[in-house]
Amino acid sequence: MTVRARVIPCLDVAEGRVVKGVNFVDLIDAGDPVEQARAYDAAGADELCFLDITASHEGRETILDVVRRTAAVCFMPLTVGGGVRTADDARALLLAGADKVAVNSAAVSRPEVVADIAERFGSQCCVASVDARRTENGWEVFTHGGRRATGIDAVQHALRLADLGAGEILLTSMDRDGTRNGYDLDLIRAVADRTTVPVVASGGVGRLDDLVRGVTEGHASAVLAASIFHFGEATIADAHAALAHAGVPVRSH
Amino acid sequence: MLALVDIQSGNLHSVENALRAAAGTDIVVTADPELISRADRIVLPGVGAFGACAANLRAIDGLEGALRQRVLSEGAPFLGICVGMQLLADHGDELGYHRGLGWFGGSVRRLDPSGTDAKVPHMGWNDVRPHGDHPLIPAGEAYFLHSFAYEGEAVIAETEHAGPVTAAIGRDNIVGVQFHPEKSQRYGLDLLARFLKWRP
Repeated sequence: MTVRARVIPCLDVAEGRVVKGVNFVDLIDAGDPVEQARAYDAAGADELCFLDITASHEGRETILDVVRRTAAVCFMPLTVGGGVRTADDARALLLAGADKVAVNSAAVSRPEVVADIAERFGSQCCVASVDARRTENGWEVFTHGGRRATGIDAVQHALRLADLGAGEILLTSMDRDGTRNGYDLDLIRAVADRTTVPVVASGGVGRLDDLVRGVTEGHASAVLAASIFHFGEATIADAHAALAHAGVPVRSH
Repeated sequence: MLALVDIQSGNLHSVENALRAAAGTDIVVTADPELISRADRIVLPGVGAFGACAANLRAIDGLEGALRQRVLSEGAPFLGICVGMQLLADHGDELGYHRGLGWFGGSVRRLDPSGTDAKVPHMGWNDVRPHGDHPLIPAGEAYFLHSFAYEGEAVIAETEHAGPVTAAIGRDNIVGVQFHPEKSQRYGLDLLARFLKWRP
């Protein structure tokens, strides 16, 4: 076979706690990101993503502690994003046990941060996270959780960050995020077809078929989702089975 | 005592965690040549650029010699992971020409997916297809994360990414794996557990 399409559950973490509710039945503390990471590890998730939405500067130590505790018990790749401004921020996360670090707002104001991280720690650990909204003739980059417009073309921005050394692009449609109407497949494909680095589709998954279309129509290398997994509507095995049924190579369970 | 060689690789602690989960007890994280020359077995992790990892290794006085003595002359079991495996080659071409340890006749070159829709970095779960019967490397699925790959002698397992790609190399008491056992869940922990007991 070939490299497998990856299914990536994403957890929003604030002040060291998971923000969105989760109803895994077997968790002692459903708000503990480490407990949830263990559950996804056991379920055979291909990777895990923590998005740290802590606003305060003091929160950095908290997310580092979460990453440290997760890395001690989970033996799967972990991407951490949120609040990464410099190569030193990235270094702290990598040393704590993150395998990849996602840079978002900082790469808008200073794209060179991507080159800094890639040169010091390798492209393989540097993820360019791009939040995009549709405009009349394309997509525009938004920052600060989709609240702040930048006037920057999202596709060009993503491609530029790949040129600067990002080893992966995490591409989120802010129009679709939370809607459960499926990925913005045109957006995903517009980037995936024009870069040699893997693209992770994000934003809008409401059912398993959305994951399938992210790969078959969006040409994504990996599909990220939150609520369908957290609320127990689908398991990782269900996601792999749906992808396999559509002829997409996935990991065996 | 197992020496986990500290060349300031980002995945050092992940490898340490995984070795402990695989029932390793007497693990020392060190770059001290004196300790390494007494280690029962040695693990060399590495992520990042080939040249930077080689430079970090050579920046520690006596480390290369201690590794060579303990592994090549005295036969201590050795496991190299990702760039820690690539460093065993004669040289690597990542960001310029860099000399490796030269334990294996081979070189490390950028993956070339041209003419295919394969992505670089090669990122994700993929097959480990052993060529023969190696006690540490069974067939299975492991997590790969790399843009450069080894080409040369003593390949004992391959994977597929726009053509065959080296997944593992081995000879006598030495094994190197391109994939990340510390991130390959059951497959990886089982591999590390076998390494901890391996008597080549």
